[in-house]
Amino acid sequence: MPIRALIVDDSSVMRKIVERSLRQAGIDLSKVFEAGNGAEALAALQESPVDLILCDINMPVMDGLEFIKQLAGVANAKDVPVVMITTEGSESHVVEALSHGARGYIRKPFTPEQVKEHVVPVLGGKS
Amino acid sequence: MRSLGELLAADSSREAWLPMLEVATREVFELMLGCQLGVSSPEEVIPDVTAMVGMAGQLCGVLSVRCSGKAAALMTSKMLGVELDKVGPEMSDALGEVCNMVAGNFKNKIAGLAEGCMLSPPTVITGSDYSLHSLADSPLEVRFLFEGIPIVISLQVHT
Repeated sequence: MPIRALIVDDSSVMRKIVERSLRQAGIDLSKVFEAGNGAEALAALQESPVDLILCDINMPVMDGLEFIKQLAGVANAKDVPVVMITTEGSESHVVEALSHGARGYIRKPFTPEQVKEHVVPVLGGKS
Repeated sequence: MRSLGELLAADSSREAWLPMLEVATREVFELMLGCQLGVSSPEEVIPDVTAMVGMAGQLCGVLSVRCSGKAAALMTSKMLGVELDKVGPEMSDALGEVCNMVAGNFKNKIAGLAEGCMLSPPTVITGSDYSLHSLADSPLEVRFLFEGIPIVISLQVHT
């Protein structure tokens, strides 16, 4: 089943790379939404429901960790799986992201295979 | 046992970082651009584009990627999977991301540094008529050939 994804990263190039990697990983995307930071992502979710969120950590205005904390209060999105994609490789970032509800953690640089490995399980058979 | 800070200040430790800087760079190009970097080039690079990422915390310094505009455009083309002649203003963003990933990948390879070092957002300078002054010691540099074009990765560390 095609899915709707929201890609959150302050780099427009990285957002395109993530989308391309999802497609290369065989994820069937019906719609891709983009946001440049956590605040934009929360606003986008008010307008457009999605099935999957891929989110960077280091971003201006609202970073990825704050975003997933606030996501818990968004009625139509609190159960959407979030996979972090970031250069931050520290154990504390991983633990904090997972403790706030992230379902996966991918370190940049990454391959489409790694994206598949982390994303497919959290979709629960949707893709 | 020496602290991480003492290790970072030791010249011998910093020399040991060169292979890690090289591997960190190669991995970014292999995984994100799908290409192998060639052996280092003795050619002097006259950079049209320079991307820099600041590092702060237990390691303070600047990591930079210097290359020609042609190399930066080719990197963008490969990262986005678009034709070279379709590459536009996103070139700066792409080179900044390369620099960011090399810096992140490098710090993640040094025990204790992933936790203790933060990265700044990338800054990209276009043009070659500039000089960069830093309080850092002499830089660690690795040079490669990217599709036959020389590129330089430089790490300047403050002590």
